Amino acid sequence: MTAPGVEDLLRELTPQVLGVLVRRYGQFEGCEDAVQEAVLAATVGWPAEGVPDNPRGWLVTVASRRLIDEMRSDHARREREAATAHEVTPEDVPDTDDSLVLLFLCCHPTLTAASQTALTLRAVGGLTTAEIARAFLVPEATMAARISRAKQRIRSAGSSFRLPEGAEREERLRVVLQVLYLIFNEGYTASSGGRLHRPDLAREAIRLTRMVHSQLPEDGEVTGLLALMLLTHARRRARTTLAGDLVPLDEQDRTTWDREMIDEGTELVKASLAGPALGPYQLQAAIAATHADAATAEQTNWPQIHALYLILERIAPNPVVTLNRAIALAETEGPTAGLALLSTLDADERMAGFHRLLSVRAHLREKVGDTAGAHRDYRRAAKATASLAEQRYLESRARRLR
Amino acid sequence: MQFLISMYINPAVLDALTEEEKAAIGAGHGRFLEALKASGELITTQALVDPSQAAVVSVRNGQPVVTDGPFLEFKEFLGGFYLVDCESRERAIELAAQIPDTTIEGLGVEVRQVMFADGQLEA
Repeated sequence: MTAPGVEDLLRELTPQVLGVLVRRYGQFEGCEDAVQEAVLAATVGWPAEGVPDNPRGWLVTVASRRLIDEMRSDHARREREAATAHEVTPEDVPDTDDSLVLLFLCCHPTLTAASQTALTLRAVGGLTTAEIARAFLVPEATMAARISRAKQRIRSAGSSFRLPEGAEREERLRVVLQVLYLIFNEGYTASSGGRLHRPDLAREAIRLTRMVHSQLPEDGEVTGLLALMLLTHARRRARTTLAGDLVPLDEQDRTTWDREMIDEGTELVKASLAGPALGPYQLQAAIAATHADAATAEQTNWPQIHALYLILERIAPNPVVTLNRAIALAETEGPTAGLALLSTLDADERMAGFHRLLSVRAHLREKVGDTAGAHRDYRRAAKATASLAEQRYLESRARRLR
Repeated sequence: MQFLISMYINPAVLDALTEEEKAAIGAGHGRFLEALKASGELITTQALVDPSQAAVVSVRNGQPVVTDGPFLEFKEFLGGFYLVDCESRERAIELAAQIPDTTIEGLGVEVRQVMFADGQLEA
């Protein structure tokens, strides 16, 4: 097996192996370290020596030994170790997949979003601390401290290793989806920095969301989120020029969109919209699917997009949704109507100095012929953004108007 | 999100402090640094030598021209910085407020988000 094959296999097995260990020994913290070490051993050993017949059993055995060694060296735990430590053979490994339980644990509500994403990528995604650190552009020591702090916090919260039930499960699942979306967006837009794409994180988020979807196929919002990611990721090649400059949706070369991904995303949207309840991810995915359906920007079904934003605004009121609806309204009823809707956001403190409000207003002012106003807003938006690619784009728009 | 927390110092203000006050500032920075490391928010921190040791470099007609001393002639100058990676701008401000310099009139602590980063960060 080639090295990338080993890597994919290990990422898939990591949460399963960790689940087996946590079920057997409790103490998430120690198990997580032991699994990470076993995975590292496999990363080094397997490409050279070949993948063992039962790779999952191999990892469970190696990780258990590490954990037991760790427990043995710990005097305070000597008594407990005698009761629990036993050699594991691959045949002992139960065939349950605890990936979902682990995901809920890593997205524990007492953790900060930065810790939730880091811990999820390591314990469920099977990434090494060094890889996560690189993805988030921080030193490995910083990421290691963050992960270890997160594990301590989970321990002190006294979480049990089971799926939450009923209303709590619903609530916790929303957090899980939020974390997955955050990982995706981190890979897709990069909240700051010069690189617009960090495709590994986007791909990883899609893989993890697929895993959740396979275990909760009936959940409309899980389906919606997976569809939204696929439909967004399908445009990745068209989003930037070779020089790294941003290309807006209406100027993208749609022939470079990933058709296969769009088809899959569209099918998922259709399936999820047939379900009983509509959620924000499903609606956003439906909007993305409508864009994907148009062969050219001119053929976009703006009335449908506007209608979807109206529903979204009703079920999940948010100024950013209103901002997006203003774009759709400008397309259906003209830029003046769009500007009028935007002006309702001026008093919203959450939007003060938000670069997208300024850039959308600049765009609409340009359309109504208010060149001076558009120029001013593009320049202000360029100053307000934390993304270098966006800043270059906004400055180039401003220059065109001079 | 990454933020640079810059500390602008003024030698006249620092000289007017008592030894106890100076020691308290040092201890405060020590505690702040340990807390940042433990939470996984510290990227790096550095302090700079006195501006009198600075050199301003310009190139005129292809020849470098070097002038000793700082570029900006102000009472305050950049003494050092913390580079942090944290949840939000609010958190960066909360962190900055833990720096002892913020309690002293005449010293400045400034928070700005990082827009572009490249190069090795491994210590």
